[in-house]
Formats: sequence, C-alpha cells, structure tokens
Amino acid sequence: MSEREMTNTERELAEVVSAAAEERGRSKRDKLAIIAWDGHLDRIWPTLILSTTAAASGMEVSVFFTFWGLFALVRPGVRITGKDWMTKALSVMNPGSPGRAKLSRYNFAGAGPWMLGKLAKDYKTPHPSELLEMARDMGVRLIPCQMTMDLMGLTKEDLLDGLEEPIGAATALLEMKEAAIQLFI
Amino acid sequence: MAVITRTVDARGQSCPGPLVTLARQLKEAQAGDLLELLATDPGSRSDVPSWAELSGNELLEAAEGNGVFRYVIRKR
Repeated sequence: MSEREMTNTERELAEVVSAAAEERGRSKRDKLAIIAWDGHLDRIWPTLILSTTAAASGMEVSVFFTFWGLFALVRPGVRITGKDWMTKALSVMNPGSPGRAKLSRYNFAGAGPWMLGKLAKDYKTPHPSELLEMARDMGVRLIPCQMTMDLMGLTKEDLLDGLEEPIGAATALLEMKEAAIQLFI
Repeated sequence: MAVITRTVDARGQSCPGPLVTLARQLKEAQAGDLLELLATDPGSRSDVPSWAELSGNELLEAAEGNGVFRYVIRKR
C-alpha cells in the first residue's frame, strides 16, 4: 500500500520535473530578440550584423524598431514624413533609412558616415542598407513599433516592404521573454 | 574519403559576409553534405567554430595557407 502511494508520488514528482524542464525550454528558445531604439548608423550596424549572423546560425530573430530606431525602416526614397509641422520637422532633422543615418559621434555633417561607408566598401563589409535587405531575405522578423509610428506620423507606406505587423510594448516583451538572448541597442 | 559537394568562396568578404554566404549555400545542400568554405577574414578563425556550435553543423577541418582559411563543414 505505502509502496504504491510512493510510486504515485514519484510519478507526480517526475511529471512536475518534466513540466518544469519543458517550461524552461519554452522560455529559452533558440532566439535572438533585439530592441532597436537608437537610429544612429553605428548602432543600427551592429544590430544588423548580429541579426544576420544569428539567422545564418539557424536562430530565430526578431528586431523591434522603436523611437529613433524606427527611422532605419523608412524607405530610402521617402524624404519628409509626418502628419503635422512638428513630426515633419523631426523627419527633416532625423532623415530615415540607414543610407542617411548619422553617426553617434564624429558625424561632421555627414563626412563621418561617408568615410565609414567608404571603408566598409573597401573592406567588403556590407553597409546597413544591404544588411537590412539580407536580414529580411534570411527571415529576420523586422517589427515596427505601433506607438512610434503614431507619434512620429509614420505610415506603412513610409516604411520598407516585407515588415511584420506593428506591435506594442507587451508583444515586444513577449518576444524578449521567450528568447535566449535579448538586447537593447 | 568523403567528397566535398560544394565550395563556398567567401574570399575578400568580411563579417558577417562569409557566414551569410555560407548559410545561403547551406540551405541548398542536403543533410550530411560536406561543404568547403574559403575565407580571408581573420575573424572567421573564431567565428566559424562559434557558428558551428550555434547552428549545430559539424566543423570537420580548419586550416590556413597563403592567407586563405579553409573550413570543411558537414551539414546537419
């Protein structure tokens, strides 16, 4: 009798242990989740290098573009964005797409980004504009922040094709929670 | 003696070029295929083994000669 109860307890214990292991496995997926907050060229660049490398390693990758980071997803041809004079003025001061992104330091009115671009070309390191395309082709999920789109007056037409549906903070947290690696860049 | 089914020439490319090129070619290969990766990026010495560990593909050989790094990978 007691032996049988013991067996049941053990079985229950084993179930709990395996459920816990499964839960841990779920919460630590082979996934990289990045919050791309900064729009500077020298921040977007490593974000995209890590994303493409993770995708090349077979990892699942999602990048949530918020605040200044979202401007990296603006279509290269789109100049002025926004819905009123303030958002329009912001878009002039902070032009979209990696091709026009500024450096966080040594920008020197565009001389810095130009030199970095030239060096990258000479050393055959892909520029963020190319990396963004590579990332998309490799299945990296590029996710715009809905709130930033509303705040900055950015429409879906202003942004690149092939992006995920815009999401909010809770969904971004869920993306991070299930990822083995989470970064805020 | 196993036969190399595909050569991935990533000479001249630098990070993350070689791994992205390798991953693209790997997609078209069959499981168990042997791929040869040629690279000149010195960063590949640490990055190719790390990539193998992350992706679960097997790194069989790593050699260097005349400024070219050569890696043999077995697709998982």
